[in-house]
Amino acid sequence: MAELESLYQDVILDHNKRPRNHRAIEGASAHADGYNPLCGDKVSIFVKLDGDRITDISFTGSGCAISTASASILTETLKGKTRQEAQALFDRFHNMLTGKGSADESHPPLGKLAVFSGVSEFPVRVKCATLAWHTLRSALTDGGEVVTTEPPEDAREGA
Amino acid sequence: MATAHHTVETPGGPGAARLDVAKIRQDFPVLRQKVHGKPLVYLDNAATSQKPLPVIDAEKRFYENDNSNIHRGVHELSERSTKAYEETRVKVQRFLNAAEAREIIFVRSTTEAINLVAHCYGRKNVGAGDEVLITAMEHHSNIVPWQMLCEEKGAKLRVGPINDHGELMLDEFAKLIGPRTKFISVAHVSNALGTINPVEKLVELAHARDIPILVDGAQAAPHRELDVRALGCDFYAFSGHKVFGPTGIGVLYGKAKLLEAMPPYQGGGDMISSVTFEKTIYNVIPQKFEAGTPNIAGVVGLGAAIDYLNSLGFENIAAYEEELLDYATEAISKIPGVHIIGTAKEKSAVISFVMEGIHPHDVGTVLDQEGIAVRTGHHCAQPVMQRFGVPATTRASLAFYNTREEIDALVAGIQKVKEVFA
Repeated sequence: MAELESLYQDVILDHNKRPRNHRAIEGASAHADGYNPLCGDKVSIFVKLDGDRITDISFTGSGCAISTASASILTETLKGKTRQEAQALFDRFHNMLTGKGSADESHPPLGKLAVFSGVSEFPVRVKCATLAWHTLRSALTDGGEVVTTEPPEDAREGA
Repeated sequence: MATAHHTVETPGGPGAARLDVAKIRQDFPVLRQKVHGKPLVYLDNAATSQKPLPVIDAEKRFYENDNSNIHRGVHELSERSTKAYEETRVKVQRFLNAAEAREIIFVRSTTEAINLVAHCYGRKNVGAGDEVLITAMEHHSNIVPWQMLCEEKGAKLRVGPINDHGELMLDEFAKLIGPRTKFISVAHVSNALGTINPVEKLVELAHARDIPILVDGAQAAPHRELDVRALGCDFYAFSGHKVFGPTGIGVLYGKAKLLEAMPPYQGGGDMISSVTFEKTIYNVIPQKFEAGTPNIAGVVGLGAAIDYLNSLGFENIAAYEEELLDYATEAISKIPGVHIIGTAKEKSAVISFVMEGIHPHDVGTVLDQEGIAVRTGHHCAQPVMQRFGVPATTRASLAFYNTREEIDALVAGIQKVKEVFA
């Protein structure tokens, strides 16, 4: 059961139960919706920017424990960071989840995001952890295009 | 495979024969394994079923001894292959109680069978302003082909609603049949809810207006005896891999008269009787719909699967599964915070459920760690999920090789889920 505990760490369970910054921001500078059609997870990310710096960030939507906790911890982590810092953190986070980044201890430090390290042992759950991040990137760079983890007509979904 | 091998006579005497499940399980090699250190509990049978040794052996034997193309050579191997292929067509005819073997078309899957009908019958007979009627509990494969047809033709897709138990609302469905209705396509059994539709009644409604009707039997064929002539439907579709046969092989049954009037599906070898650059004359049914080298080994495997099912007897399978479904339904509905989605009076071997405050994806991951395979998601039936206001469910789906002990393991697994997310 060690694996299961490494996936559902206490911090993740806590953020799933009491998500932080779970609200919309009126007059947000940027906003995007993300969708995982495989599990029905939906997340919307709201960002308030002062120049390049994120002064407020929040999310709405519902999903599994991993995606909810990931969105919640994302908002906590990125408040006060610049776009570039956010992108660098996403890259490191993504590398950790896909097992590419373990040896790479370069900056920036992952901090609380490290609680998601167990997700790399559950490849089908990686998308749950990254949905909020992909959505944020869309809000910041792609003009708020709707993000989906799958192609629209996903042929892999069987009965 | 003799019937006596897998059934035991109970003191109730003849007719009370029941399945010897412990013995049956030995026929399924895949079930003899541990997953994450726990015995595999395979409850994802509605997605695909496991294969018994006779099916695996039949494919192997075919490739080792008989492999050749069909309907082509005059040599011995080609004759053997052709015989095996065509004998299976007769087996399928009997399996469905169709009037003639030429009414059986081999396709890839239920999905392809429905697409074939939408393409060949639909494009010829559905026009602008016409309507195609389905139900709200259809799998995407019985929605999207009709949507594509309607989009192409300027026709309209109408949808018969379901009630809170997941049952088709018959009166509403009947009201949707009108002068513009040109085709009706319905699930025999819902993959997401387990609801068994009153197909005989739906066929009656359709035929009262001379409208042809297709029945998607993907989730019915593994569980109950089929009789397309008693049902009266015009088309019936099912998949080999859900009836304990190989993947990549499916069946479309169609009434000969309708099939004969339909244009071919794909062009190629075997579907012609003569070809010149000026004109091609198409072959007769069923070859008209079987262009190219088919999945011969898959057909052979499907034949072995039908033999295997016949050796168990659908009477025994249905009785056993009904008991197991009742046992599972009672056990799961007793767990506080768990709600079963789909509570139709007439139900097949599917239990879809949601857990308060816990996403199905998390349920699936915890159960997997307990060795329990269930399906989590929208089950290719997003409109059903929308109808019940949930993004997804966890679905346990049964087969005759499942046991009460496995249901107990599932219940224990659900308790474990509750502990993790307490």
